[in-house]
Amino acid sequence: MSEHHPSPAFGRGDPQRRPRRETVTYASAHGAGAVPGPARRRPVHPPARSEIDEQTTLGHTYVRSLMRSQLRAALTALGALALLVGSLPLLLALPAPEAFVWIALGVGVYPVVWGIAHWYVRRAERNERDFTGLVER
Amino acid sequence: MNQTYAVVAVAAVVLATVLIGALGLRISRTTSDFYVASRTVRPGLNAAAISGEYLSAASFLGVAGLVLVQGPAMLWYPVGYTAGYLVLLVLVAAPLRRSGAYTLSDFAEARLESPQARRLASLFVVGIGWLYLLPQLQGAGLTLEILTGAPDWVGGLLVALVVTGTVAAGGMRSITFVQAFQYWLKLTALLVPVLFLLAAWYGDGAPRARFDAPAVLRGHTVVKVADTVRIGLDAPLTLTVTGSVDSVPYERRTVTLAAGTHHVLGGTTLAFPPGARLPERVASGTDPLGWSQPLSGGRDGHQLYATYGLILATFLGTMGLPHVAVRFYTSPHGRAARRTTLVVLGLVGAFYLLPPLYGFLGRIYAPELALTGSADAAVLVLPDRILGGLPGDLLGALLAGGAFAAFLSTASGLTMSVAGVLTQDVLPSRGVRHFRLGTLLATAVPLAVGVVASKVPVADAVGLAFAVSASSFCPLLVLGIWWRRLTPPGAMAGLLLGGGSALAAVMATRAGLAPEGWPHTLMAWPAVWSVPLGFLTMVLVSLATPGRVPPGTPALLARLHLPEEISRPRQTTRTVPEVHR
Repeated sequence: MSEHHPSPAFGRGDPQRRPRRETVTYASAHGAGAVPGPARRRPVHPPARSEIDEQTTLGHTYVRSLMRSQLRAALTALGALALLVGSLPLLLALPAPEAFVWIALGVGVYPVVWGIAHWYVRRAERNERDFTGLVER
Repeated sequence: MNQTYAVVAVAAVVLATVLIGALGLRISRTTSDFYVASRTVRPGLNAAAISGEYLSAASFLGVAGLVLVQGPAMLWYPVGYTAGYLVLLVLVAAPLRRSGAYTLSDFAEARLESPQARRLASLFVVGIGWLYLLPQLQGAGLTLEILTGAPDWVGGLLVALVVTGTVAAGGMRSITFVQAFQYWLKLTALLVPVLFLLAAWYGDGAPRARFDAPAVLRGHTVVKVADTVRIGLDAPLTLTVTGSVDSVPYERRTVTLAAGTHHVLGGTTLAFPPGARLPERVASGTDPLGWSQPLSGGRDGHQLYATYGLILATFLGTMGLPHVAVRFYTSPHGRAARRTTLVVLGLVGAFYLLPPLYGFLGRIYAPELALTGSADAAVLVLPDRILGGLPGDLLGALLAGGAFAAFLSTASGLTMSVAGVLTQDVLPSRGVRHFRLGTLLATAVPLAVGVVASKVPVADAVGLAFAVSASSFCPLLVLGIWWRRLTPPGAMAGLLLGGGSALAAVMATRAGLAPEGWPHTLMAWPAVWSVPLGFLTMVLVSLATPGRVPPGTPALLARLHLPEEISRPRQTTRTVPEVHR
């Protein structure tokens, strides 16, 4: 029976990967990236990408910018949820016909929640695509 | 009600679960398969499995029961269960998958690089898991008791046995198939009967349910009160009593009770004439009914506060439920985790359109269930009550099968995650054999507690697990994913203070220690203050211990947020050694 377990593969796995990074120097990456052509070698990464791999200050700035745009998308979605659903108890505290409570809570909320989720997924994926485009350029 | 059909339906569901589980067993070859289905589960299948696992007895039976007793304000429960997945999606889903964490304990250890934080998180995972398993097993007992008259521990034992067997044998791969099947079974089991019931209701002249006044009984109704209750009358009522009311024994005597509150001893039979107004059950100190009562009661600010307490607990608590977190690990990458969650929102939302209809019909055709303390049974008895005869029996059997699917699927997911944590952090060695021991332990404890503890409405008991999860794991996950300065002491203090205070407050309320009025409401619905308390503690203690920020934080945060094609160049699939058992 193997003692292998899939989960704690975290930071512990990183040291094994680290030596490979040495083959990608900034100079070689920059040189190859500057002259794009069909003969471009595989292990060579574009400059922004190696900044991230090497965990330089510039690399952290890239990661932070992605985190910020993703957090903005998340907070927008949560804001919409708070405004459209979170305000309902206050609205329903006003004298309202019982049918309104049934329709709002029994049916109406679900399409709203799904709509917000759909918007968020598209937005988050676009943020990632834009980011990948930026660092792979 | 003819019991044969229902017993056949329950047996069929149990058999199908075991068979599909065995199918998973044949292809569950590696350790990785066993724990996480080797992360090859497609979004469609995975979403059905997540939904199947998530829609528990509280959803299948509990929501209708609460609506029957307390009206449409109770619809906040299913709304909260659904919106919780939205909050999970936008704040946690993709980063949690990219963290590679299998359980929440793994996440705590990886993010904080601290074995102590891991141990504390494990404690909460097991605690919340057991809190959530308890009502599943009790609900199973109730269902089987109503269907067959078996003692109430039999159903719980049956579910515990099937779940322990399936999970221990096949692990995650096997329960993925089982749970996807169970989602569709549960949806069918609610959808088909409700169409017939609504048709019958329409044919009956579409009577309206009244929630703002005592329900009116449609025919001569005999009610056997299971537990001692206090009832309130707003006008004198004449009825036939066998048993004890206000400490006076009666034997088939016709009695006129004056307006006011009366004490009905457990086991008393009350026979109401047609057209009688059903007495309302009055909540008292330790009466389990009292917990969700303020939500519908019109008492000034209490109702609004309780509603927001419920909203915060369910919206923020979903992400910290142990069986929900485990599921994200089976997605192949972060983007798939997001898309899976989107499908889950659709599936869960579609399902929740149905239980309120049962609550609505139950208020018209079976309002006396509110008095007997078995309102959770509304879904099961309605076909017999409205249609009767063979159609009633057959549809009732379908609902019974669906209810059992609900117990089995949620219980297997919870058992899987609790057993995973027990195996990794409590039992000595990691291996499939110890995982099986962990499985046994995971189900045995709540089963034993369920036999001893008093009955609690299932949706309420589940609400307790949500409140604790929202005050402990929600701050840990949100700050862990989005905040660079989180430290192990901060996280541990927040877990203890937030989760601990929520748990203590609700337990004290249950034990009847909370004084009447605002203290009671505040303690029964702790999320409004305990969630901010958890967040605040984590932030302040972290800021006070800046030297303890884990050194690997920037690298880990990069990994949580970067798309896989950047963070893991040319490493398309993680290599998992094939180990044949």
